[in-house]
Amino acid sequence: MSWPFRDQPQRRLLDESLRTKSMLWIMGIMLFLTTLAAAAGLGMASASRALDRQLAGRLTIQLVEADAARRDAAVRGIMASVRRLPQVRRVAEVDRARLAELLQPWLGDAGLDAELPMPAMIDVDLASGDEADVAAVKRAAQTVAATARVDRHAQWLSPVASFLAIMTWFAAALVVLMALATTAVVLLAARAGLDMHRDTIAVLHMLGSTDRQVARLFQRRIAFDTLMGGLLGTCAALAAIWLLGRQAGALGSELLSGVALARSDWLMLAAIPAVFASMAMVAARSGVLRALGRTL
Amino acid sequence: MANIVQFENVGLRYGTGAETLSDISFTLSAGSFYFLTGASGAGKTSLLKLLYLAQRPTRGIVRLFGEDAGALPRKRLPGFRRRIGVVFQDFRLLPHLSAHDNIALPLRVAGMPEDEIEGPVREMLAWVNLRDRAHAKPPTLSGGEQQRIAIARAVITRPEVLVADEPTGNVDPEMAERLLHLFESLNRLGTTVVVATHDFQLINRIPDARMMRIERGRLSDPTGALRHPPGRAGSGDAASSNGPV
Ligand SMILES: Nc1ncnc2c1ncn2[C@@H]1O[C@H](COP(=O)(O)OP(=O)(O)OP(=O)(O)O)[C@@H](O)[C@H]1O
Ligand SMILES: [Mg+2]
Repeated sequence: MSWPFRDQPQRRLLDESLRTKSMLWIMGIMLFLTTLAAAAGLGMASASRALDRQLAGRLTIQLVEADAARRDAAVRGIMASVRRLPQVRRVAEVDRARLAELLQPWLGDAGLDAELPMPAMIDVDLASGDEADVAAVKRAAQTVAATARVDRHAQWLSPVASFLAIMTWFAAALVVLMALATTAVVLLAARAGLDMHRDTIAVLHMLGSTDRQVARLFQRRIAFDTLMGGLLGTCAALAAIWLLGRQAGALGSELLSGVALARSDWLMLAAIPAVFASMAMVAARSGVLRALGRTL
Repeated sequence: MANIVQFENVGLRYGTGAETLSDISFTLSAGSFYFLTGASGAGKTSLLKLLYLAQRPTRGIVRLFGEDAGALPRKRLPGFRRRIGVVFQDFRLLPHLSAHDNIALPLRVAGMPEDEIEGPVREMLAWVNLRDRAHAKPPTLSGGEQQRIAIARAVITRPEVLVADEPTGNVDPEMAERLLHLFESLNRLGTTVVVATHDFQLINRIPDARMMRIERGRLSDPTGALRHPPGRAGSGDAASSNGPV
């Protein structure tokens, strides 16, 4: 295939002086907004994936046992048997001193008393968040102490996770709306172009041009304008996102750092102008063909 | 000789007015030379439009290359139109393209490779004596020059049928003769030529030509007896046997 925008005479049949820059600007703005929305969506998606990854494999085993000696023995037993499971990456008892510290506002110094019937807690990190793995840990723990309770961390943070999911869908919907608006703009531009070049098209038809040949003249122009405007808009948006990302990084927040875009996300964003240009080309083509089909 | 064009009781009406053309029936045989005359407004351009598929008849049948042109699906029109060269009365050059590119247009439309286009275009420019104006845009050319470009564009593909609507209206007699000569050579190569004109001098230059006359939308000489303008009618020959029927 030859370079599509080379200056070939058979591609310059429409009057170039009638060409306006407005398409370029409109497309620039549309794709600026589209890229921002897409970036937000990808960011939310990656944050919610990061959250899932962090939480999915994290369990807490709780053991309530009034007798301190029995409790400590059970904790050691559970830890030993859970640690033997191949899916388990890390097992650690939550430091009782730290637990007491957390409870101090309610219990006062009494929390430090080893005799106090405080539940023991064991953090377990799994390689994955599979239901089967969780069940295995549960079985191992309950074989040692039937009263042991196993909880997933995920369920405590599920409101955050669902918020992120909603935001992701919201951004995706915005991108779809922008794509629809872009298509509408392209169809309008194609119709205006047909009007503007009516005489030229009539002559081309009389000389035996097919509708496809005529459509090609338009789709090429519109795709070119979309691509150029899109590159402009998308580059501006990517620069803005990068700056925002740096600002967010400086805040040092763990949640915000999850929003960071991966390399594949950047590539996807950079592909937006090409995707939209192809879409514009298809829309222009079908719009022109449909309009021409109604003439003799 | 085969009939390349056949009109059967053709009528044409623009909008809701009276018929511009009525009961037009004739046959053009392949490889012949025809003149179409008639007063201004008689319907010459309208008849030619039916012939070059710019217009569909409101009644009757227009048969082109053996097929009913009125029934052609849209996607087959380009193929038919490429077999017909047209010199429009109003030229219809593309004002933003140079004389050279206007002449090259039918070849480009037909998908001829760029390196094969240059030769024929040069040849045509030479024929119509406009080599030095090759890069001029039509609006900067005189009426006669534009007309010659229009003619060059119509004949460059060596069409099977050449339709010329007043092709010599804007040129001096010498150039008119030269252009007519061009049509004749094309005709000798097998092209069926139809020229609409008021210019009887021109008609007289081609003794073998057949003549059609249109009066207020009707073909007034279906037998072809009026092969020559009034005053020279006696010198007619075989026209009546195979002229327009
Ligand atoms: N597009 C149109 N819409 C309505 N009426 C038309 C149209 N084109 C032509 N006419 C009418 O049809 C009649 C025949 O016109 P046409 O152009 O065929 O005449 P002509 O013989 O070519 O005349 P001329 O010698 O002046 O070129 C005229 O009365 C004209 O007004
Ligand atoms: Mg006319």
